[in-house]
Amino acid sequence: MKEEGKHKKAKKYGMVINLDECTGCGACMVACMAENNVPFKEDESNKLDSIAWMRVYKLTNGKPYPEAEICYLPRPCMHCEGEHGHAPCVSVCPATATDYNHETGIVSQIYTRCFGCRYCMVACPYHARYFNWWDPVWPEESTKYLSPNVSPRMRGVVEKCSFCFHRYQLAMDKAYLEGRTVLEEDEYQTSCTQACPAGAITFGDLNNPEHKVHQLAKPDNKHGGRPGNPNVFRLLERLGTNPKVYYMSSREWVRQAGDNYINNEDFAKNYRQ
Amino acid sequence: MKIGRRSFLSFVIGGAAGTAITPLPWKLMDDSSIWSQNWPWTPVPPDGEYSQSNSVCTLCPGGCGITVRKVDDRVVKIEGMKGHPVNDGGLCLMGLSGLQLLYGPTRVKTPLKRVGKRGEGKWEKISWDEAISEVAKKLADIRSNGGSHTVGSIVDSENGTVPNLFKRFLTTYGSPNFMTMPSIQDSYAMTLQVMQGVSAQVGFDAENADFILSFGSGIIDGWGSPVRMFKANSAWKANGKKVVQIEPRLSNTAAKSDKWIPINPGTEAALALGLANIIISNSLDSKKISQSTGFDSFKKLVQNEYGTDKVSKITGINSATIVSLAKNFARASKPLAICGKGQGSIPGSLNEFMAVHALNALVGNINKEGGVWAVTDTEYINWPKPEMDSIAENGMQKERIDGAGSEYPHTKSLLNRLVEVINSGDGSLEALFVSGANPLYSMPGSKAIKNAFDNIPFIVSFSSYMDETASNADLILPNHVYLERYEDVPTPAGLSKPIVGLTRPVVKPQFNTKHVGDVVMLIAKALGGGIADAFSWESYEACLKETLGVKWDILVEKGFEFNGDKCILEGDFNFYPDAMKSLSDFSPVSIEGSAISYPLLLIPYDTIRLANGYIGDPPFAIKTVEDTVLKGKNSCVEINPKTGKELGLTEGRYASLLTPRGKAKVKVHLYEGIMPGIVALPRGLGHTAYDNYLAGKGCNFNELIGSTEDPVSGLDEAWGIRARLTKV
Repeated sequence: MKEEGKHKKAKKYGMVINLDECTGCGACMVACMAENNVPFKEDESNKLDSIAWMRVYKLTNGKPYPEAEICYLPRPCMHCEGEHGHAPCVSVCPATATDYNHETGIVSQIYTRCFGCRYCMVACPYHARYFNWWDPVWPEESTKYLSPNVSPRMRGVVEKCSFCFHRYQLAMDKAYLEGRTVLEEDEYQTSCTQACPAGAITFGDLNNPEHKVHQLAKPDNKHGGRPGNPNVFRLLERLGTNPKVYYMSSREWVRQAGDNYINNEDFAKNYRQ
Repeated sequence: MKIGRRSFLSFVIGGAAGTAITPLPWKLMDDSSIWSQNWPWTPVPPDGEYSQSNSVCTLCPGGCGITVRKVDDRVVKIEGMKGHPVNDGGLCLMGLSGLQLLYGPTRVKTPLKRVGKRGEGKWEKISWDEAISEVAKKLADIRSNGGSHTVGSIVDSENGTVPNLFKRFLTTYGSPNFMTMPSIQDSYAMTLQVMQGVSAQVGFDAENADFILSFGSGIIDGWGSPVRMFKANSAWKANGKKVVQIEPRLSNTAAKSDKWIPINPGTEAALALGLANIIISNSLDSKKISQSTGFDSFKKLVQNEYGTDKVSKITGINSATIVSLAKNFARASKPLAICGKGQGSIPGSLNEFMAVHALNALVGNINKEGGVWAVTDTEYINWPKPEMDSIAENGMQKERIDGAGSEYPHTKSLLNRLVEVINSGDGSLEALFVSGANPLYSMPGSKAIKNAFDNIPFIVSFSSYMDETASNADLILPNHVYLERYEDVPTPAGLSKPIVGLTRPVVKPQFNTKHVGDVVMLIAKALGGGIADAFSWESYEACLKETLGVKWDILVEKGFEFNGDKCILEGDFNFYPDAMKSLSDFSPVSIEGSAISYPLLLIPYDTIRLANGYIGDPPFAIKTVEDTVLKGKNSCVEINPKTGKELGLTEGRYASLLTPRGKAKVKVHLYEGIMPGIVALPRGLGHTAYDNYLAGKGCNFNELIGSTEDPVSGLDEAWGIRARLTKV
């Protein structure tokens, strides 16, 4: 009975990224591309059309030499919960091609339903969604390394980070076969989390107090998942998108860079509103 | 019916309105786009049986354990191997994109013989038998004409069975010209040789250090064994250990350190000695060390020549910072100083290495937890000494063409001098083998190297990829890539505990390639006589099995095996070897070019996202490169906004970068993290070979710089060159 109760409790998969440890090496980006059959073109230096489900941004503190500091910020899909699953992208999709899964908290993207209107791209405040302007082309033998777990996308659809949802499905299949209904923390990890050589990414169920992500972020579900740890912040917190990706930094200017503030606004007072 | 103006207009307007109102065109457009989305060129990856196998990545000297995921006989993903002592599950982006090298368009798929002019790209496919007999015939001719010593080989390192097979081949053939690609490992090895009389590689117990003083080493930019350093860096962060980074540019390493101290480039040795002076004057040095050879002379040197004020003037770092750095370093319980700039592809100034090593000795961290150790790791290769015939004996008596071992007694290999010797006509090579290296791209002064290579009549490349050197060769005998072959992986760069790993085939060879070890043996067998006798093994695999002996089974099972415990750096420490005498009058590392015609200083920088050695960036890796590093076909240079203002250059403007060695069109990126007066350019771009995903992007730093000989080692010490940046 107790087991069943546990099963019914909704999970909320999320991430905590420690920006003090992130080195900006880009391994998460490549781990993601390799896992999810992300296509590539000859010129990828126009970042507006360069598909990167996980993208690492470089932040600067804006101070002159030698006080300049930089910090890297990896940006997957935030898997916003909004209020009761009304993520910005989900609520605008006319094709129900993107949906909020209340069981896992993951925002899906169903390529075969998407007809390319790109409303979701406009709605997403994090630029986490990418449009396939061209058909993907894999040179010569390269189709051999495509993974059967993720279908390659065709021209005209939007794609984005899925928190490696196929890994969740595979892990659940395995668990069911073994007669379990609950996953261990390390049974379902995203490709980027696993690859990060610095160990900066932590992934798990934010609703499960035993999971590391919960302990690091201390999310307050009564107030839209607001982090309880003073060094933890979310991007554009004040928009109320209720994202499930939390960032951790010991530097105030980095935490401040996570949202927009007017010039003389009291950051310390307002950043947790 | 008469068609008047009126009826014509109503027909057109009515038709247009009708077409707009009917859903037909929209429906057709929609249908056709949906239909074309379903065209069969969007691949559907076939499903199959899933399996996993472990191996070791050899894309860099890092030696990370990898686990590959397979579906039937296709490899679909490479991941870091959990529990591996080097990387424990993590992997860098190059390792992660390895499948693009295996299945990628840049592979050489069969032996190729050049038919057009060199570098023209016209090849004829030949069989392996033809290829091997062609090489054997050429070598037999050279040998019978008494020119055995004019054959040389360039390989990536001197450790492991494959380089040793090349060495053995050249020895029995009669040539001393076994050359390796230069790196900081050469400078470290020589430092140990000169200061302690030990012949070993250096190892750092980095994980256990608690104060890391890095003289420009790219700890998280690909220095040493990259993933291991990433892990160490995270452990330092988690445990509150301090990292101080000294370099003129805010690199990723500097950005992640606890303190970034910009320094005038080329003056690092002066800072190390200045720190030594403060440590000695404040009696913060390890007491045991003062009885060491040369300590008194060293003490005199630093006290007389490296007073804090003088050092401050040389390095551009203020005195208070130097004093507090020295005190913090010496007072830490396990301090560790490291050097070798960026990823460590340029050997650097030996003075700097000696000064930094002395600093380590001064705080007593040699052979200590968190300190410096020796690595002597090819001990598992114990092949019987080969029989040498008279030609071989004679050939081996000859001096090396690069002057290593004679003009520069402690140096083993001097590729930078080889180029100079050939170009000045002082020596020549009749044939050259290149394996696991791409000197035409990755060595400074690529134009001079190209010249030298043009003077070598017969070049054989063993490259798996169509790289710059392969595309300028006469014959390409393609090796399997690392996922298709067996090979031993000796202790990765900088590890303090000797370990041997085994790369093994996780997939059958995809093309008509052959293991380079087998090819060397086949060539030897075709030459016959004593050369053939020296290679009695049936195949490379048999050779490797025999060499590894009892270790083989363990390696096959778990992929790695510790090769004994940490090795002690034996030998008395000499604080003031002869090689250090030039430091009595400090001059910064020499920089080519005059400051009048070239007012700026161009330095390279390394990032883990750009590979600059034998392997070029695969498509995934190049995709991660920021648009402030590479934009379209142009590399971006970093300059301080102050410098930009002086030159009238704004963000994103095109500019012409001119050095005494070359010229390039670049884009300007204003960056507050760089010292005014310095221009920084990333290494790893500007390839002319490989595939369309890499070739023709940006400019190659190595074309803009030449090499400068270190007066002690003869190795290349040039870290920068004078430059001019003008609007275009």
